[in-house]
Amino acid sequence: MKEILSGNEAIARGAWEAGVLWASAYPGTPSTEILEAVGALYQDDIHAQWSPNEKTALEAAVGASLGGVRALACMKHVGVNVAADPLFTASYTGVNGGLVLVTADDPNLHSSQNEQDNRNYAKFAKVPMVEPADSQEAKDFLKAAFEISERFDTPVLLRSTTRISHSKSLVELGERQELPRPTELERDIAKNVMLPAYARPKHPKIEQRLADLKAYGKDCPLNRVEMGDRSIGIITSGIAYQYAKDALPGASFLKLGLVYPLPDDLVREFASQVDQVVVIEELDPFLEEQVRLLGIDVAHGKDWFPIIGELSPDLVAERLTGQAVERRPAADGLPIRPPVMCPGCSHRGVFTILRKLKVYVSGDIGCYTLGALPPFQAMHACLCMGGSITMAEGLSRAVADDSDRKNQVVAVIGDSTFFHSGVTGLMDLIWNQGSSVVMIQDNRITAMTGGQVTPGIGKNLMGQDAPVIDIETLVKALGVAEENVRVVNAYDLDQVETVLKEELAKPEPSVVLTKEPCVLQYRVKAPALTVDADACTACGVCLRTSCIALGMVGEGDDEHVEIDPNFCTGCTVCAQVCKFDAIRS
Amino acid sequence: METLNLLLSGVGGQGVILASKILSKAALLQGLDIKQSEVHGMSQRGGSVVSHVRLGARVFSPLVAEGGCDVLLGFEPLEALRFAHWVKPDGVIVYNADRVNPSTVSAGMATYPDDVEARLAAQPCRTFRVEAGALAEKAGTRRAGNVVLVGAASRFLDLPADVWQRALDASVPAKVLDVNREAFRLGAEAV
Repeated sequence: MKEILSGNEAIARGAWEAGVLWASAYPGTPSTEILEAVGALYQDDIHAQWSPNEKTALEAAVGASLGGVRALACMKHVGVNVAADPLFTASYTGVNGGLVLVTADDPNLHSSQNEQDNRNYAKFAKVPMVEPADSQEAKDFLKAAFEISERFDTPVLLRSTTRISHSKSLVELGERQELPRPTELERDIAKNVMLPAYARPKHPKIEQRLADLKAYGKDCPLNRVEMGDRSIGIITSGIAYQYAKDALPGASFLKLGLVYPLPDDLVREFASQVDQVVVIEELDPFLEEQVRLLGIDVAHGKDWFPIIGELSPDLVAERLTGQAVERRPAADGLPIRPPVMCPGCSHRGVFTILRKLKVYVSGDIGCYTLGALPPFQAMHACLCMGGSITMAEGLSRAVADDSDRKNQVVAVIGDSTFFHSGVTGLMDLIWNQGSSVVMIQDNRITAMTGGQVTPGIGKNLMGQDAPVIDIETLVKALGVAEENVRVVNAYDLDQVETVLKEELAKPEPSVVLTKEPCVLQYRVKAPALTVDADACTACGVCLRTSCIALGMVGEGDDEHVEIDPNFCTGCTVCAQVCKFDAIRS
Repeated sequence: METLNLLLSGVGGQGVILASKILSKAALLQGLDIKQSEVHGMSQRGGSVVSHVRLGARVFSPLVAEGGCDVLLGFEPLEALRFAHWVKPDGVIVYNADRVNPSTVSAGMATYPDDVEARLAAQPCRTFRVEAGALAEKAGTRRAGNVVLVGAASRFLDLPADVWQRALDASVPAKVLDVNREAFRLGAEAV
């Protein structure tokens, strides 16, 4: 039976069919739906959990693997940076039950802060990597990855990209492989305790493992030679293969599924049978450099296919066929439609006040990062998950005179990001006696990735009741003075302003906490507000709250703001900024 | 059959994804190969959304090539015009006439051009205007505007009526099935 599955759903299915017993992840686009699917569909057979961050997700999966069961950890590309520490040494310990780490890369930065190519992690950590090109392969390659993991005693990386994870195609479903559950924990100190004395002899084993994997790659069914017209031989993998097949279906292909380590013999053999070799890959010249190192003449690679952004079917076709695609000019002068805080979003009022106070805002990763965009422009730095608090610490100490509010720093972080890695930053701030105000905007969900539960709300991924990790109690326990932990209502702009001013005046760290839930995930809606057209002066101040429920209508003396009742949630932020009392319940 | 390339462009929250699902399901029931692609994440927050749907005997790329679109379903005039140049000269644009202001317009930083529909009508391909919101309301709920557009698109896909019915049945909750069937029918009649 065939079903239409996204790459992420297919990976989840593959985990089930492979007999996986453990799956953990931290949400991150484009990887999120993998664990959502495992939790929703396969929780009877697989323990599925959101972890507070990618490092803990991978460590827990490593533990399950050492315990003897097949284990999966999933994350977006930058999540692997967080999990890199356990990854690099898990390469040394190897596995017991198979261990696969899925990295979902985001070429073109559809929803990410950088465009790193995580194939480089395979080389860096000296572990094999498989790369599927559609949903069927996503499922099949995950199953193969577990076999490679156990056969070669290594964690395996499966790399997806946005166009694999979020594309749907037909998948032939299979049955679950039931694997025996270990009855006791095996102890092997020399294998699993990475003291220098035990780690040192592992390194030569890892080099040998890579050599063995290179040899295996020659006959590995994940690598496929499709001989056709021998005038051009295309070496490719992942989504680039699909674009090339559409463009030049009759060409000769070496389609790599095991993209690291490169199967040298297979590449040499293929190259010797074609007139010219073309390497097609997104982002870095990862395959191309390895092919060139073999002494093979690559006719075209990154000279044709850009190192930046995604490839597209038309770009690949133009290069391969030498025929320019007829492009008509895009319609000009169209207003852009950037992402925006939802109507009723609890971040809107806070950013309205932060803009008004003119403080320096050290931001973090979540929906509230949209506070950096016009018309707010009230976030001045955002680097990585959890970085807001520690960056605020450095920023405040850098400036010679912080008596001017423009030199005062407020860190802004959401609940899920605070749990992820903001907690350690707050410890740093407290221990080292920084003075910043930390605004934790707890909207009771991981919102940007589509609404995943956090450690703070009393539920886990499988929908079971779970202990609540209470942020207010936590920050007090860490050492923020009782009187410096202030809970404010995100929709009460006067209160937010007053409390922020009071806390900014203090020399020690403060936490200002909001607890209003995400309107989208919790479907918060009060009756829509209305505008008194006579009272409205069309000054436009309310429009600067950037709410799509608001819009200017009429002309001349009739010009006034109107509120679309379909969008308005009655949050009253616009009414509170109106100087003419024109917006009413 | 030749691969058919569809683009569905709209605004996050308009039901572009469900519409893509119905189209894909219909192709599956007809025994065709199918690839569909969209981007989630940040774009969901009221931003532009585009979904690619390709169906045929054997489909490789999940993305439609620029200039290679056969049918563009625009869920909003501005978003239709944004992708109009992707449509082949012998292709079709079906668009919903109901405007949704971008945040840049709401915030007074930009204006909604008043010639959007005129520019759509001036495209070299055939263009059909559908009042999807009104038709959906007539069917029972304004929220079925996306299914009205799928109904309109069905006129340009050579699939039997019962396949569309089964695809619809499999994609929408049972309690709103009748409303959606009617929305589909009204959409198909509108072009």
